[in-house]
Amino acid sequence: MPQDFFGRIVYLIQTRGGSYVMGAVNTMIIALVSTFIGCVIGFAVGIVQTIPIEKKDHVVKKAVLHAVRFILGAYVEIFRGTPMMAQAMFIYFGSSAVFGINMSMWFAAFFIVSINTGAYMAETVRGGILSIDPGQTEGAKAIGMTHVQTMLYVILPQALRNIMPQIGNNLIINIKDTCVLSVIGIVELFYATKSVAGALYTYFESFAIAMVIYFILTFTCSRLLRLWEKKMDGNDNYDLATTDTLTHTSGLYSYKEKKKEEDE
Amino acid sequence: MSEQVIKVNHLSKAFGKHVVLRDIDFSVSTGDVTCIIGSSGSGKSTLLRCLNLLETPTTGEILYHGENIADAHTDAPAYRAKVGMVFQSFNLFNNMSVLKNCMIGQIKVMKKDAESAKASALAYLEKVGMAPYINAKPRQLSGGQKQRVAIARALAMEPEVLLFDEPTSALDPQMVGEVLDVMKQLASEGLTMIIVTHEMAFARDVSNRVVYMADGVIEESGDPAQIFTNPQNQKTKEFLSRFMRG
Ligand SMILES: Nc1ncnc2c1ncn2[C@@H]1O[C@H](COP(=O)(O)OP(=O)(O)OP(=O)(O)O)[C@@H](O)[C@H]1O
Ligand SMILES: [Mg+2]
Repeated sequence: MPQDFFGRIVYLIQTRGGSYVMGAVNTMIIALVSTFIGCVIGFAVGIVQTIPIEKKDHVVKKAVLHAVRFILGAYVEIFRGTPMMAQAMFIYFGSSAVFGINMSMWFAAFFIVSINTGAYMAETVRGGILSIDPGQTEGAKAIGMTHVQTMLYVILPQALRNIMPQIGNNLIINIKDTCVLSVIGIVELFYATKSVAGALYTYFESFAIAMVIYFILTFTCSRLLRLWEKKMDGNDNYDLATTDTLTHTSGLYSYKEKKKEEDE
Repeated sequence: MSEQVIKVNHLSKAFGKHVVLRDIDFSVSTGDVTCIIGSSGSGKSTLLRCLNLLETPTTGEILYHGENIADAHTDAPAYRAKVGMVFQSFNLFNNMSVLKNCMIGQIKVMKKDAESAKASALAYLEKVGMAPYINAKPRQLSGGQKQRVAIARALAMEPEVLLFDEPTSALDPQMVGEVLDVMKQLASEGLTMIIVTHEMAFARDVSNRVVYMADGVIEESGDPAQIFTNPQNQKTKEFLSRFMRG
């Protein structure tokens, strides 16, 4: 093995490149899938948390809603309030020790990261829904839309747009935090790096490579998400649907300062 | 004799202990243009919101073609599709273009197909003078333009009655006219409207009935010419003289 730093790096990439790629792929699979499932959980929980309870609603409906909200609230607080690494150990080893359930390692990995993301996203989604001004809900009601239709076509699309930065944040956190899954034996990037480092006694070089890979993954994802956000925003200008060229000059400005107010 | 569309009997509304509307009696027939006037906090918006079931009345009835819609069994969305509302703050859907704003209700509530929804959305946008802006998003419009789109959106549902809650109060003076003009045109076409407004000239010239409210009570109602020139009630007199002075 070469003695200098860069020589060793090249050597590691040439001989152990496959391990890194494998690790990175596993990391990304877990991060992407779990972020997606976590968002679905987050939306489900956030939506339930924001269902309006009205005075005239049936007692049973009210009781059920209150009970469900309490449980969901507890879920959010518990998973946000304990370390994921401890949860991983507790769930993976506890499930077989106490309940005799033999989770596959991969199932446990997806489960743990998703459920954590869900706990964070639930609060984000709730905030995102509450941030849409209630006037739009009334506007939707006033043309006869039901609560579900209002949510689906008016509120959620805007809430989703508003929380895109948070979703991106969660994805990046997940890419990095999958490394705690090495404690239950998932061969993700951190585990792979540690193995290479231990086998060849090249801790510094191995982790230098890992850091670069982590950074490339997170940076690429954050840029792609930024692009996606731009695309969701659509065009800043609009074409007047007219052949009368005189009206063009009067209609083509957009009200930028008003846009800011409405986005808040 | 035109048919009675909405009849309100002994309607009261309280928020907790705070009584906002007291024993309101009131009716509207087809083609009526009713203006509700009164000082701030007198309960005008609350009355209108009760009529659209955005608020649930505490006691009393709201008869829609003789049927009480103020009880818990009413299908509120179906009723609201027939009795539309235009708000002070426009309440357009910010995630949709002008055209989409006027189509969504037709498609999702009236279950029309996209093509006929688009055709009638275009017709109503044309009517309010907003047809050139179908591709714009609400944030790209001025207040007066937004309100005209909101009116087109409400009209696209082909409502039997349209409620307006201070449709021009959030507008700059030069935009008030463009919205009032649209409303004048609707009135002349025979649309049944109930309008809460501080535009006294509009109330006097366009409506065929004026309702004056104070402290949650209808103090006086009647013919606009009579109310504006010869109010009977002391409170109405004071309110109007304050307004006419400026
Ligand atoms: N959701 C609510 N909860 C509690 N009180 C309310 C609510 N909505 C209105 N009120 C109260 O009801 C009273 C009447 O309000 P309303 O908005 O109907 O008045 P208004 O005549 O429309 O006034 P304005 O001309 O300022 O719009 C006010 O005292 C207000 O504080
Ligand atoms: Mg009001």
